[in-house]
Amino acid sequence: MASYRFAVSVMPKAGILDPQGRAVEQSLPHLRVDNVRDVRVGRRVELTVEAEGSAEARAVVERLAAELFANPLIETWSVEAVGAASSTLSAAPR
Amino acid sequence: MKAGVVVFPGSNCDRDALHAIALAGAEAVPLWHETPDLRAADLVILPGGFAYGDYLRAGVLARFSPIMAPIREHAARGGLVLGICNGFQVLAEAGLVPGALLRNASLRFEHRWVRLSVERRDTPFTRLVPAGATLRMPVAHGEGCYYLPDADLGALEAGGRVLFRYAPPEGNPNGSLHDIAGVVDAGGRVCGLMPHPERAAEALLGSDDGMLLLRSIVESAADAAWTAGSGAAASITSGAAR
Repeated sequence: MASYRFAVSVMPKAGILDPQGRAVEQSLPHLRVDNVRDVRVGRRVELTVEAEGSAEARAVVERLAAELFANPLIETWSVEAVGAASSTLSAAPR
Repeated sequence: MKAGVVVFPGSNCDRDALHAIALAGAEAVPLWHETPDLRAADLVILPGGFAYGDYLRAGVLARFSPIMAPIREHAARGGLVLGICNGFQVLAEAGLVPGALLRNASLRFEHRWVRLSVERRDTPFTRLVPAGATLRMPVAHGEGCYYLPDADLGALEAGGRVLFRYAPPEGNPNGSLHDIAGVVDAGGRVCGLMPHPERAAEALLGSDDGMLLLRSIVESAADAAWTAGSGAAASITSGAAR
């Protein structure tokens, strides 16, 4: 078994109203910033998977991304590996 | 007729729902979300609140609770399911009703009285609503902005599956597309709505319009033979007049 660390980025789909992004954008004049637009606010989930190989680990993350972290109706997501795979992290009790 | 009210960690309208559905004539029992048993309920209510703290997205974590498997089977058999507010969010995340509930366009938690138009009266949820009546009920939510992609929204409208819309004078509190406040699934037996009928179930609360829905559902659940479209208009009672 080895440990694989992933990050899943979840973003509102293009065309979906993103009131958080809009609110952030509207606050920018208070920072004296006037050359920023199209602010969108999403979510990032990081997790470690114990698996026999990276493909198996990634499959678990892809499933969680599609079923849990993102709602495919309103959000898109991307999965990236972060950090090196490690076989020592799992020595800690969990 | 037995009504089961699901209790998730963070549900906070479960006691209100039990009280109101009992007033409407049901035997009301709570259903703990970790026990996959509907206790022979004819009607399942998913109440309002903040299941699992609304973490990640409102309703999504509750979707994976053990009670959801028998609820899916109940719905597949044509059993009645009502999701109120957070319960609507759970049903939408579970795919038991179409659509998604986004953050309110105002970015605020909207808690106020609204008025609902009832788009169909030939359903198990609305059979006692008098023709032309609008219903006064409170909303209280941060994520109630109904969304469905354009093509699906057209199909939803064409299929007559929009049950409630926000109506004047108060209007749409959250930015919902087409002013949608409540929808039903393809079979017409699973309904989700954002406003709270259980908080408008006694005149003392400021309105008892919600009781029209709750009594409709109780009657429908009691009448196993009743199916959508078969004589809804005949069952309007004098108590429904206002």
